[in-house]
Amino acid sequence: MRRSRILLLICLFALAALMGSIAVGSVAIPVADLLAALTGKTSGPVADIVWKLRLPRAAAGFACGGLLALAGSLLQVLLRNPLADPYIFGVSGGAALGVLLAMLLGLGMAMQTGLGLAGAIAASGAVFLLSFRGGEWNPYRLLLTGVVIAAGLNAAISLILVLAPYATVKGMLYWLMGDLAYAGNPVPALLVLAVLLAVLLPLGRTLNVLALGRTRALSLGVPVAGMEILLYFLAAIATVTAVLIGGTIGFIGLIVPHLVRLLGLADHRWLLPASVLAGGSLLVIADALARSAWAPLQFPVGVLTALLGVPVLLLLLAGRSDAAR
Amino acid sequence: MLRAENLRIAFPGRTLVDGLSVDFGAGRVWAILGRNGSGKSTLLRTLAGLQSPEAGKVLLDDTALQSIARRQVASRIGVLLQDESAQFWGTARDYVLLGRHPHAAGVFGWSQADEDIAEAELIAQNLGPFSGRAYTTLSGGERQRARAAALFAQRPRAYLVDEPLQHLDLPHQVALLERLALEARQGALVVMVLHDLLFASRYCDHILLLHGDGRFEAGPSAQALSAGVLSGVYGLPLHEFGVQGERLFLPDPPSARGPHV
Repeated sequence: MRRSRILLLICLFALAALMGSIAVGSVAIPVADLLAALTGKTSGPVADIVWKLRLPRAAAGFACGGLLALAGSLLQVLLRNPLADPYIFGVSGGAALGVLLAMLLGLGMAMQTGLGLAGAIAASGAVFLLSFRGGEWNPYRLLLTGVVIAAGLNAAISLILVLAPYATVKGMLYWLMGDLAYAGNPVPALLVLAVLLAVLLPLGRTLNVLALGRTRALSLGVPVAGMEILLYFLAAIATVTAVLIGGTIGFIGLIVPHLVRLLGLADHRWLLPASVLAGGSLLVIADALARSAWAPLQFPVGVLTALLGVPVLLLLLAGRSDAAR
Repeated sequence: MLRAENLRIAFPGRTLVDGLSVDFGAGRVWAILGRNGSGKSTLLRTLAGLQSPEAGKVLLDDTALQSIARRQVASRIGVLLQDESAQFWGTARDYVLLGRHPHAAGVFGWSQADEDIAEAELIAQNLGPFSGRAYTTLSGGERQRARAAALFAQRPRAYLVDEPLQHLDLPHQVALLERLALEARQGALVVMVLHDLLFASRYCDHILLLHGDGRFEAGPSAQALSAGVLSGVYGLPLHEFGVQGERLFLPDPPSARGPHV
């Protein structure tokens, strides 16, 4: 199948996922009513549910999933490690520590976001400075530094959970597992996603070269050190934005790029847009399931992505040993 | 075109090459010879600007390599590295196309000219039938030929190649050397790290011998290659034989070396 056709199918899949997740919920909306509400032909409770509740949440979920998948694709090139995921550089731990600290102190949403952002910047900056010493980049040092910093942050997070009053712990746990219930206005995240794509899409061929390895990429004219710093920060921006919307939702950033490669879009000129679309739609679907499958019980979407992600990842790993032979 | 000035290559505690000043002129074919670990690959990567020398500099068309944009360097110097990951996301054609990266004009894709050059180089390396195959499924020799195809698709003016014959069968070894010789006749510079003295004396008009302790000898093959110097460089007694106008340097047969210790 031609690559453009696969990408078109992923586009249609994304559209269907968005429509489906808007239609599904405590009040099911028939497709005709949904289309009427979306095109502005009706008003009333259905239109309110669509425009004020479900569309913002679906859009936020799509942006969040797209950003995580984009960050994952970038890091898998940067670290040349198929198991790289957006949370390795301490962004999630730093953001979590900030947000939980704000929750512990009883601060409002704006302060939670602010402290989360500050924590994410501090943690990813620390990982960057510790691993990018003297202009020499070492993926292993980056990975290990990220893991060590994350371990330290996790200890601090556990401490907060122990100290926090019982009533706030549940909210904290939801945030830690990843939950889109408090996503808020999706427009900033969608803008970030659009800007990142605009910067990255013209770099697809360069990423293809960079994936060959540092020395080879240098010999083909890629300014490797500058490109790696750029990718690091773009991936960090994507991850921070996603984490501030939905908490630390797992597995999307790790698995979606692999799924897209299995579909035959390993070329980064195709992989990046396809990962964004697939990551966005998968998270939207997972969120629709999490809030409606066991209604009135609402699950944090992160639990569902992990439950679905673990078997997929295991299957991928089983397949890899075949490919390595 | 490519010139080394007072080049010093060293690891902590060990000097490999010291005071190397050589003008690698266009149209020449150089062999870099020496024992394992004598600094051949490090010197080649330094000449390509892929790593910095301890001292001295490399000039490309009279400009210091460090002050030329990487893409400009890559459009003039093509490198075949000794080691490269066997992992690649695409087909043999995808791989060879990446050799066009320094020249690619468009932002997203490849021009028809890029595609045509890649296809022609695949065919020149007898990889025509494999162009749609996943790179990772190619054999070692086929991969080496795909890497050669990417190098020639790069259309550089200087070819710096590190053990280009590895993994290749004899016909493909000869074909690759013939192709490099052809590029040199058309004005390109070729510098290759070799271990085969027959091919060095047959295909290379200039020789750079590394002793591995800072000392080196550089010059036209006729003078630089001699049984005495080579025996010293390799630490192995070698004898010269003339066969049909070619110079062969061979070690003693096992029986002449006395009993094994």
